[in-house]
Amino acid sequence: MTMKSDRPRVLLVDDYPDAREMYTEYLEFSGFEVVEAGNGKEALQRAVDTAPDIILMDLSLPVMDGWEATRRLKADERTASIPVVALTGHALAGISEGAKKAGCDAFVTKPCLPEDLVREIRKILGCRSSSSTRKVRRSGKYAKSS
Amino acid sequence: MGARVRLLEGFIGRARIADAAQFALQWLGELVGIRPSLCLVRPLGEQSLFVVGSYGLSGGAVDSFSVSLEDWNNPLVTAFTHRKELFFPAPQVASDRKRRPTTPLEDLAFHCVPLGVSRAADDVFGLLLLGGAAPLHSELHWFTGIFSQKIDQVLRNQATTEGDRKQGRERSLLYSIINAVSDPILLTDTEGRLLIANARALTLFTASEEESEGRRGAVRMNNMLLSSALSSKAIEEMSATRRELLLVNPVDGSDLVFEFLSTITEDPRQGSGVVSILRNVTDLRRASEEIEENYRKMRVAEVQARAESDRLNLIIDSVADPIVVTDAAGATSLMNEPAERLFTIPTGASEIEQRWVQANDAHFSSFIAGMLVSADQRRIGEIGLSDPGTGEAMPVEAIAGKILSDHGELTAVVTILHDQREALEKARLYEQLKQASDELERKIQAATADIAQQNELLRRQAIELEQASALKSQFLANMSHEFRTPLNAMLGYTSMLLQGVAGPTEPPVRRQLSRIESNGRHLLTIINEILDISRIEAGRMPLQMSTVRIPDLVGEVKSELEPIIMRSKLTVTLDIAKDLTPITTDRQKVKQILLNLLSNALKFTHHGTVTIGARRNSKERTVTVLVTDTGIGIAQADQDRIFEDFRQLDNSPTRAYSGTGLGLSICRRLAQMLDGRISVHSQVGKGSTFTLTLPTKGRR
Repeated sequence: MTMKSDRPRVLLVDDYPDAREMYTEYLEFSGFEVVEAGNGKEALQRAVDTAPDIILMDLSLPVMDGWEATRRLKADERTASIPVVALTGHALAGISEGAKKAGCDAFVTKPCLPEDLVREIRKILGCRSSSSTRKVRRSGKYAKSS
Repeated sequence: MGARVRLLEGFIGRARIADAAQFALQWLGELVGIRPSLCLVRPLGEQSLFVVGSYGLSGGAVDSFSVSLEDWNNPLVTAFTHRKELFFPAPQVASDRKRRPTTPLEDLAFHCVPLGVSRAADDVFGLLLLGGAAPLHSELHWFTGIFSQKIDQVLRNQATTEGDRKQGRERSLLYSIINAVSDPILLTDTEGRLLIANARALTLFTASEEESEGRRGAVRMNNMLLSSALSSKAIEEMSATRRELLLVNPVDGSDLVFEFLSTITEDPRQGSGVVSILRNVTDLRRASEEIEENYRKMRVAEVQARAESDRLNLIIDSVADPIVVTDAAGATSLMNEPAERLFTIPTGASEIEQRWVQANDAHFSSFIAGMLVSADQRRIGEIGLSDPGTGEAMPVEAIAGKILSDHGELTAVVTILHDQREALEKARLYEQLKQASDELERKIQAATADIAQQNELLRRQAIELEQASALKSQFLANMSHEFRTPLNAMLGYTSMLLQGVAGPTEPPVRRQLSRIESNGRHLLTIINEILDISRIEAGRMPLQMSTVRIPDLVGEVKSELEPIIMRSKLTVTLDIAKDLTPITTDRQKVKQILLNLLSNALKFTHHGTVTIGARRNSKERTVTVLVTDTGIGIAQADQDRIFEDFRQLDNSPTRAYSGTGLGLSICRRLAQMLDGRISVHSQVGKGSTFTLTLPTKGRR
């Protein structure tokens, strides 16, 4: 169990290292503490160990997929209250439905720009604990170039 | 002298002939002494002499004695007819009796004196037989004269009264006869007044006051009818011919028909009258009508019978099978035309033909002979005949039936011959057909098995296709995922570089990073659109129906594209009808369509305005959303092609407008999914209007 800082802690679960690294870098840049996991099983362990404020869960994962992991997280009283944001490159209909069923609190489709992800996280956390997110620097000044 | 007076006095008051005769003979016996005596008289119209008086004779034989005037051998008849006095002496020997007439005086001698008034021989009316052998003296001649006169007188009187009585009798007889006649008989005067009517006529033409009103009315009518029939003119016209007279029966009111015969009688004493005889012909008429009716029926029956017989003949002749009727002796009594062909020799037949016919005849005769001797009522057999024309073997089936009279006697045998050749041929053809049919069935079974096999194959192929399709979808999903994952990282890092997460970047680098980002986004759009089309085609884009407010949705679309609108410097106006009601549809898909249409309009318009309008068409139960721009427009010829896949009109690598060319194609597919349609109206250089029409209530 690591020391809990005053920064909101994000558990980022993704099996694609580049994506994991990119989001981690940007989340830390945006003022979050990031804990990483490469598969569902690892995610369960980390969630129990680090007690994150929010979990970003890719659904297609090796060893244990995101749906199963989410179900277990929500079934475990130690982790049940942690919001889970499903993060997937699958765009087929029914995916979001399945994610909701598994217990996900929100659903974000990849590709998702880092700043959009941060906005989504802040939105969810803002509803829960405004104090921790107030300190986070808004990424709004980095306007999209498109 | 005193004796003569007594006789004359005695005659007075004796009006009956028997009294007068009896008195006279008594006088003769007592005062003249002539006894016995007998008086015979011929009554008027009689051919015999009868006893009217006797004296000194006794016994029934006297009264019953008579002499027939036709007995010419009788001497008494001779005395009567020739007016001769005769004397018959008493017989001496037996032979003398033969010459004497047999009389009640028996063997006494007697005189026979004719009685008559004048001297004429034919005036004699009787005979006196006076016993005694002594000759007749003069006193007796006086007596016969007086007696004859008295008898004559009595006879005359008698004749007169007899005549009167007879006339009366005849009259009443006549009336009786007339009354007995059942036909009405009438005597009328020339004025038509009834003089004499018989009983039947009285019931028709007279009625007393006590009779019922109906009966009197009928009688009045009858009288009127009779009067008109009797009018002198009518009688003249009628002359002697018969006429019919219609009368009413006063008893029951029924109609009566009479034959009416009238003749005018001329009576010099009583003037002329009309005798009418009516003969009731009601029954006769009815009978005659019945006879006529019966005759008519008989004629009809006869015609029917003849038609029946004609028809029967026609039927028998039209039967294609030979029919032969044979009598009880085996002789042919009737055959139809087909039978004649087999059993009779046609005129001018060749010798061989004759032989065939004879052979047929022999075969048939033997069949019939067998039938006649057997007790069977029916018999079915086969006869090997030959066609007389060709000599071809002609097996026939013979069906013979006996016809019996009411008494059970055999009257005829009817035989129907049925040509078996056709049946045999049919059987052969049937066999062939059956073989062919069996063959066909085998083929069909083979073909069916083949088809079943093919079906099974197709079924497997279908399953395989389904699996392939599922695999394809899965592949697309996976590929989309695989594409997105690296693209996600690329776009993410680019974004981070642009934001200066890892430190500030020089403007030329920033510009190049921007290119990377915009191309990455374009690639993402392409991937998304390809995925959309694949999902639509695979039927894997389910509809999520909900109540949608078009104004809200339009506002949402507009605000989502606000950054592009700001950049374009175009005016975007809304023209939403006030009466728009919410519709049931898939919100996400309508939004996708409208986003596409609006971003197209913004993309292809350089200056002017873009208008989003919405209208309700309550008659069609639709809502239309119109996106109108003042852009470059689309040529008429190209307006259909823009909805095709990957179609952007300018397809050159250096084209002015970005985009996959899949946008409108997806819009059209989505609109169809929503039971709507999308259309374009455009003019080059003036602008375009895209119209989306949606039902107010979607299917699902």
